[in-house]
Amino acid sequence: MRFVDEFREPELISKTAEEIRRLAGTDRHYCIMEICGGHTHAIYRFGLKDILPENIELIHGPGCPVCVLPMGRIDDGLAIAQQPDVIFAAFGDMMRVPGAQGSPLEHKARGMDVRIVYSPSDALKLARLNPEKHVMFFAIGFETTAPSTALTMMRAKAEGIRNFSVFCNHVTVIPAIRAILDSPDMRLDGFIGPGHVSTVIGCRPYEWIAQNEHKPIVVSGFEPLDLLQSMVMLLRQLRSGEAKVENQYKRVVTWEGNPAALRAMAEVFEVRPYFEWRGLGLIPQSALRINDKYAEWDAEQRFEVPGIRVSDPKAAQCGEVLRGVLKPHQCRLFGRECTPDRPVGALMVSSEGSCAAYHNYEHRKAAMVTSLSQTA
Amino acid sequence: MAHGAGGKASRRLVEGLFAPLLFGNTPGPLGDAAQVEISGTKVAITTDSFVVKPLTFPGGSIGELAVNGTVNDLAVSGAKADVLVVSYVLEAGLPTSVLEAEVRAMGDAARKAGVRIAGGDTKVVEHGKADQMYITTTGIGHLLHGIAIDPLSVRPGDKVLLSGPIGDHGITILLARGELDLEADLRSDTRSVLPLVEALAHRAGPGVRWMRDPTRGGVATSLNELARDCGLGVVLFEDQIPVRDTVRGACELLGLDPLHIANEGQFLAVVAPEYADAAIDALALAPGGDEAQIIGEIREQPSGSVLVTTLYGGSRIIDMLVGDPLPRIC
Repeated sequence: MRFVDEFREPELISKTAEEIRRLAGTDRHYCIMEICGGHTHAIYRFGLKDILPENIELIHGPGCPVCVLPMGRIDDGLAIAQQPDVIFAAFGDMMRVPGAQGSPLEHKARGMDVRIVYSPSDALKLARLNPEKHVMFFAIGFETTAPSTALTMMRAKAEGIRNFSVFCNHVTVIPAIRAILDSPDMRLDGFIGPGHVSTVIGCRPYEWIAQNEHKPIVVSGFEPLDLLQSMVMLLRQLRSGEAKVENQYKRVVTWEGNPAALRAMAEVFEVRPYFEWRGLGLIPQSALRINDKYAEWDAEQRFEVPGIRVSDPKAAQCGEVLRGVLKPHQCRLFGRECTPDRPVGALMVSSEGSCAAYHNYEHRKAAMVTSLSQTA
Repeated sequence: MAHGAGGKASRRLVEGLFAPLLFGNTPGPLGDAAQVEISGTKVAITTDSFVVKPLTFPGGSIGELAVNGTVNDLAVSGAKADVLVVSYVLEAGLPTSVLEAEVRAMGDAARKAGVRIAGGDTKVVEHGKADQMYITTTGIGHLLHGIAIDPLSVRPGDKVLLSGPIGDHGITILLARGELDLEADLRSDTRSVLPLVEALAHRAGPGVRWMRDPTRGGVATSLNELARDCGLGVVLFEDQIPVRDTVRGACELLGLDPLHIANEGQFLAVVAPEYADAAIDALALAPGGDEAQIIGEIREQPSGSVLVTTLYGGSRIIDMLVGDPLPRIC
């Protein structure tokens, strides 16, 4: 398959892995955070941790939109959809995320009209097809998905479609990175920068990380070879004491980003003064809301929103895991009270969440590595 | 809903509620069909309900699935279906033309699979109380000679065989629902696997230890059940697993794993190593078996789990599916 297989070429991968081992040496430990949940997923799915030397520690960052969404927002969205003749539309990612009264999928089983859509424009299509109903799109995602939400709202306005609204939970990546760098228990050496987000915002917004915080960051693609090559680029910087922004994902990401997408976001959204991130708390200017020009399509302005605040279970240590202070399995609840089929914390819900990824792909592996190498 | 999706929750329901209350305490490993003795003759019996949306899709329809599904459950239990009985739950207002088409599809599929439909029942429920139509089929079959299925007979070193490419059915249904705005030239793989199982029994019967048709929950779920039942590890070689490019592409786009996608016309078998070549040859000669592959093997470790090894030395544990596979976007 084109654009996929060339980046999974075994010979190149083993060469790159060899280069990583050479650069990493044995004299020190490296803590690298991959910010994006898509990278976390890819690292586990392709078993990349098995190829990396032991002194490279990967910390899974906050770039999983489902994971950082506070439970109260899900309850708020579902409360709106309890009203008669409202269709709740969201990405598949959202469907199993638990609110205090259950997930969207559980609400669907109880009779709520819940639809999985592949893009916001599919939700708008639902509104056209169901003029007697109101379609509320529960929008999540970083800058990756925000432009398509914006474009859909612009289209709804242009066509005068009034039975459609957006419950906006879009967040932005830079403040989350800042919150992690500002946390007192921070121990990172460098970052693998998000790939899809950077197709929109470009590489320039990361410059302060290199200049002010003196941490290298390499924007990376999602295939095994992309991630390994990014690791080589990071190690080269770290070995030579440099800290700069580099772009490994040049086939998709430009330095300046995508101006059309940024314009669409600027047309529809404004920055919220603060927003709650699950596990990280309130982060100033870290999320988007819909501006007054589009108030008519803003579910938060159109409907009564209960404004539910649900605190995470005390025993769950999602925050420590998100900041890289704890590994998933070091959380008190991991694998016992909190599992992918009965998640307590959101990191266990999405397959991009570090706990779910760890549970699905890694959990039982550690114990058997020795016996496997004996039989292999 | 997850309790019906064939993965972990389904298993909990069966093991936690149905088995203790209905079959006495220890049913042993749960297979696709039960073996019972009637007046001194051992027969296999199974039942399955079919709930599909949409009713028809490229390559098949609910009627065809209802016949093939039960024939296949018997086939992978080492039995040839002789008789089916069928039960319909119809939603009031279902167009007769739709019903007629599905009844015809069942007749055709039954003739093709060589099974007789001996009786049935119909219930009509109010409009809105069922999704157009549900079909339940129950099948009885006689045991095939020279083949015995028992997960406890599986040994380290045994080979895992797959009859052909995976994911065609599940992805076809996902696309046919029309919610994703994706199109692909893909058809459901629904068919009777009995001819393939018969070929296998004929040429490699004594070496066959276990079989299963990986329907809901896909190959990953079936093999996890095997790993649990036999207490051994299943190691898959990712590059040996046949997946069509269209299915791979759709899975890449939607963030799904082909190993979790449903199939309706494939089966998995565990075969003793000395019979592996004979098994592949037998399938290659049978119609529709030319894409069969050895996709992995049984090892002592990771006991009770399924491990997928990648081309470049990485590996991952793959678990049963929880609920239905959902597309991942952001």
